[in-house]
Amino acid sequence: MTEAKKYPTPVGNPESQPFWDAAKDGKFMIKRCTTCGEAHFFPRAICPFCFSDKTEWEQSSGEGEIYTYSHMRKSATGPYVIAYVTLKEGPSVQTNIVDCDPGSLKIGQKVKLVWKPTDGAPLPFFTPA
Amino acid sequence: MSIKGKAYIAGIYEHPTRHAPDKSIAQLHAEVAKGALEDAGLTHKDVDGYFCAGDAQGGLWPMVDYLGLKPRHVDSTETGGCSYIIHLGHAAQAIAAGKCSIALVTLAGKPRTGVMPPRLQGAEADFETAYGATTHNAYGMCAMRHMHDYGTTSEQLAWIKVAASHHAQYNPHAMLKDVVTVEDVLNSPMISDPLHRMDCCVVSDGGGAMIVTTPEIAKSLKKPLVRLIGHGEAMKGPRGGKDLDLTYSAGVWSGPRAFEEAGVTPQDMKYASIYDSFTITVLMQLEDLGFCKKGDGGKFVSDGNLISGVGKLPFNTDGGGLCSNHPVNRGGMTKILEAVRQLRGEAHPKVQVPNCDLAIAHGTGGLLGVRHAASTAILERV
Repeated sequence: MTEAKKYPTPVGNPESQPFWDAAKDGKFMIKRCTTCGEAHFFPRAICPFCFSDKTEWEQSSGEGEIYTYSHMRKSATGPYVIAYVTLKEGPSVQTNIVDCDPGSLKIGQKVKLVWKPTDGAPLPFFTPA
Repeated sequence: MSIKGKAYIAGIYEHPTRHAPDKSIAQLHAEVAKGALEDAGLTHKDVDGYFCAGDAQGGLWPMVDYLGLKPRHVDSTETGGCSYIIHLGHAAQAIAAGKCSIALVTLAGKPRTGVMPPRLQGAEADFETAYGATTHNAYGMCAMRHMHDYGTTSEQLAWIKVAASHHAQYNPHAMLKDVVTVEDVLNSPMISDPLHRMDCCVVSDGGGAMIVTTPEIAKSLKKPLVRLIGHGEAMKGPRGGKDLDLTYSAGVWSGPRAFEEAGVTPQDMKYASIYDSFTITVLMQLEDLGFCKKGDGGKFVSDGNLISGVGKLPFNTDGGGLCSNHPVNRGGMTKILEAVRQLRGEAHPKVQVPNCDLAIAHGTGGLLGVRHAASTAILERV
């Protein structure tokens, strides 16, 4: 295992701050619109599907499956696996698959949430379940 | 109201350089502008419309001043690599509305020997930056899912590079002139699964420019007449992560809009310039534009079907981004330029399509696997 990768600290803003506050408690929050019922990520104040302002925070189970991924073989910070994970609650989120053997990953594979530290709020990642 | 036939491309120029340590970015813009004006038989005093994108140093104010222009219409629409295809449509709109009559569009820069402008970020920044999306892996994710859903193979993707290399051997300015095989592509190092090094375009300094004008002015000049008869633009992103599908692009919307306006079909095209940032970009665009059914792109590109004189759809006969150049990591301008050369009959004789009277120039900009734009132009020789 090499030295832990250094991730950028989320800057946050008035709209997204509740997400980062919850992250510090280990909770992965998504938004759901109470007008159309659709969940979305990343979180917005106004629903991107029906433009209602009745959006509410909801805790995600942190369970999902790999929609697609790509193993980036080289970078300034070493190799990594970028992916979209489709959450059990519906939305697909951009992420990295971490703590895994990149060669063994499959589309459709079950994954679960893990947090990685930054100098501020932690960042959500996924790893094989 | 349609822009069909309202604007002509009267001047084109592609900078021959691929490596420009001895030139400034603004200078490259000026050189391509000068080249396109000379090609048209016009001077910079004739220009009354100016279009540039994110590669233009400092944007409109500095560029207009540096070039010594006096435009009455300007547009700095920035959609990455397809900006210039969008500019072509917007120039036609402006010309049709009488807002300008001679529009100059420039692209130039130095990713190999200078500084690249940073990719601007939006509201997604905190939720995405850490995951390191780059062109390679964002397009890699599209290819992985396309392979999963449709059985597309690396061999099929490789045929796109093979076709480009067959064309590049005749382009004296191409960065990569060697003809390659499917095996060569598959044996090149893996960059970001499933894309090999030879699935990726080159990085080059350089640029290009075009002059868009009215039918009357175009007819008063000496060049063969090439006009825009259909245009489309569209955008696509994860949009909250609902029903994510990375196997299609915004080309599914820009393409039909352009074909409908032009009153022609993909099957009518004699030549296709398709943005080839990566092999997968071409394959997805061919499907999205309707050259074949979604999922059949792999079969469509195989066995040399994109090679001029061999296959049904000659594409990127200059060698494209995969072999010739990719100025400022933006391929939209060069796609228009080679389409115009084909329509004028000015492509290299070895790759010139006989009686080429209808062509498409299509591109995407941004990251296909994240957020991107697409633009389609249908061009006709009159």
